[in-house]
Amino acid sequence: MLRIAVVYPELLGTYGDGGNALVLERRLAWRGMDVEMVEVLLGTPVPEQCDLYVIGGGEDSAQLQALAELRRGTGLQSAVGRGTPVLAVCAGLQILGASLTDREGTVHAGLDLVDATTTRLDRRAVGEVVARPRAELGLPTLLGFENHSGATRLGPAALPLAAVAQGVGNGDGGESRAEGLVQGSVIATYLHGPVLARNPALADLLLSRACGQALSDLADPHEAAARAAMQSRLSRGRRRTVSTAPLS
Amino acid sequence: MRNTRSNERLPVGTALPRRARIAVLAGRVTAMVSRLTRRGGGMTISGRVALGLDPALITHLTRGRPVVVVSGTNGKTTTTRFVAAGLRARHQVVTNDSGANLVSGVAAALLASTDPRTCPAALEVDEFALPAVLRAVEASVVVLLNLSRDQLDRGSEVSAHVRRWATALAAAPTAVVVANADDPLVCAAVLSARPDGTAVRWVATGSRRGVDVPLCPRCQAAWATPWPQWACRACGLARPTPAWTAHEGGVTGPGGEDIAVQLALPGQVNVANAAMAAAACDVLSVPPSVTLAAASLVDEVAGRYLRTTYDGVGVRLLLGKNPAGWTEVLDLIESGAGPVVLAVNAGVADGVDVSWLWDVPFERLRGRRVVATGERSEDLSVRLHYAGVEHEREVDPVRAAVRLGGADCEIVANYTAFTQVRARLRASRQPRTPYVTTAGR
Repeated sequence: MLRIAVVYPELLGTYGDGGNALVLERRLAWRGMDVEMVEVLLGTPVPEQCDLYVIGGGEDSAQLQALAELRRGTGLQSAVGRGTPVLAVCAGLQILGASLTDREGTVHAGLDLVDATTTRLDRRAVGEVVARPRAELGLPTLLGFENHSGATRLGPAALPLAAVAQGVGNGDGGESRAEGLVQGSVIATYLHGPVLARNPALADLLLSRACGQALSDLADPHEAAARAAMQSRLSRGRRRTVSTAPLS
Repeated sequence: MRNTRSNERLPVGTALPRRARIAVLAGRVTAMVSRLTRRGGGMTISGRVALGLDPALITHLTRGRPVVVVSGTNGKTTTTRFVAAGLRARHQVVTNDSGANLVSGVAAALLASTDPRTCPAALEVDEFALPAVLRAVEASVVVLLNLSRDQLDRGSEVSAHVRRWATALAAAPTAVVVANADDPLVCAAVLSARPDGTAVRWVATGSRRGVDVPLCPRCQAAWATPWPQWACRACGLARPTPAWTAHEGGVTGPGGEDIAVQLALPGQVNVANAAMAAAACDVLSVPPSVTLAAASLVDEVAGRYLRTTYDGVGVRLLLGKNPAGWTEVLDLIESGAGPVVLAVNAGVADGVDVSWLWDVPFERLRGRRVVATGERSEDLSVRLHYAGVEHEREVDPVRAAVRLGGADCEIVANYTAFTQVRARLRASRQPRTPYVTTAGR
């Protein structure tokens, strides 16, 4: 029985990220494997003994509330310490870092579980992203939709999850064009879509690490069709960038 | 010359400043040229031209009129139609019923009107544009329906809308506010501007949106008691006591009088919209029984709920713009058994990010015959696959409906898909027009 913790989905489920949990659950069920989804709701601590933790994106105020809740507990911290796989998206990525800066410019200490600091982008990053994952992960091109104001700089202990071919990604202004990060058992990204629906191979990587075994292949014709359609849309040079209204 | 003469007959001149008169004439000519050259309805462009000549035009054209402003994420167009129907029982009414709901669209509707300048206006206003419109117009009534996530790619976090609305209301101290008591986001905006609830008519709509609001939208503290009798544990924000209630079968007014309502439009959500409209018209002395009777006759709102036959197939067209709207549509079609065509585009007007598909409970379509269509049919197909909804995929929603056949096919579409389908259903004299996508435009 695999137990998957979904961390504060009421706060960190914006931008369809709640779909990541559904993707993980279904992909195990389709393989005939037992899975228990543990929704960690506001006011309850993150449990220690899960096999995989999923943290989604959220609005600024929800992000800070989630950070405060996580700081009160130790479940996520000890899971990372034990090397349990964690997927963190957008606001989730920022929370795991050393610090993040809010809209007013106030710096908040993060959980300091990964070597990353987040400041603000001058201009919100909104649009489709194409990124090439680190070779050792054995993943195909990552696709997703970014929608954030964070500029995340990685320290030496964290490696980029992928190199951006199109889009902004971490927005650190560096040569690496980094998107997301990998550090120990943590994989973090700015990509929505949700990221695991757009990239089923990433879902399977997390699941196989959580199970400690290789997984059988799924056919995934729907996902393949959606990926092919998006790649053809993007290769026609039609990335849509949307000028964004200021947030306040 | 004929057109100049006809313009002279219109009651433009009387009390308007010269600059406003010129702006009105320029706007009308622009609208006419735009229509003649078939560039569109001319609403947006005529409003822009006129506002360019006189930025204060909306203020001039609404002075002396009772104005009802309707805003919210979902239900604006229908509620505005209900308000206009109620007011029409007593008056001529100016309204922007073409769906152009930005400042330019409001200006265009006002300058096109040839009714007396004392007759009331029912104005649908985009939630982004509400502050600008309330600065320009001395509104008599402001109707606030709901707030939810919509078009995430515009960076429009919901909390920013709450702040924007609170500021907007502070600029409209003389307006009576008709507000949804079951939407904590609406309540937070209204009670930030009017802490003691002065001149607020609260309506219990029965909407379930509050379930998705995890924290107090005013101070971000946790709820002391959760939705539906929500109350904040820190700042005291709590569900206000409603004067009006929409319930299954009718509307209860502030005196406790119960009015049975049988709308031509489907869905409890429209009974709630009718209750909001009745409360709004009541401020302008139109009795709720009159407004609700008038609202009951509205059977289609700019193609929403349109029932028609296309190529021998009976279809109903429904609009879903965002997760809250799609959930309402799923409520509405749940009682039926006919096939369902879902159409999803990702044009700029839809929001180019389709992540929202994962916030819609498509699981409820299990067991129905479903076809995924639209420019993003592949992404919709992935979502349905994970929802356990067996389905087919075809890009063209109208062709899918024709293939399904029968008498009760539901077509549910997001905004640009909806407008494409509507145009084809209406032009059904040429049933074989090819499906034109706007992908990448």
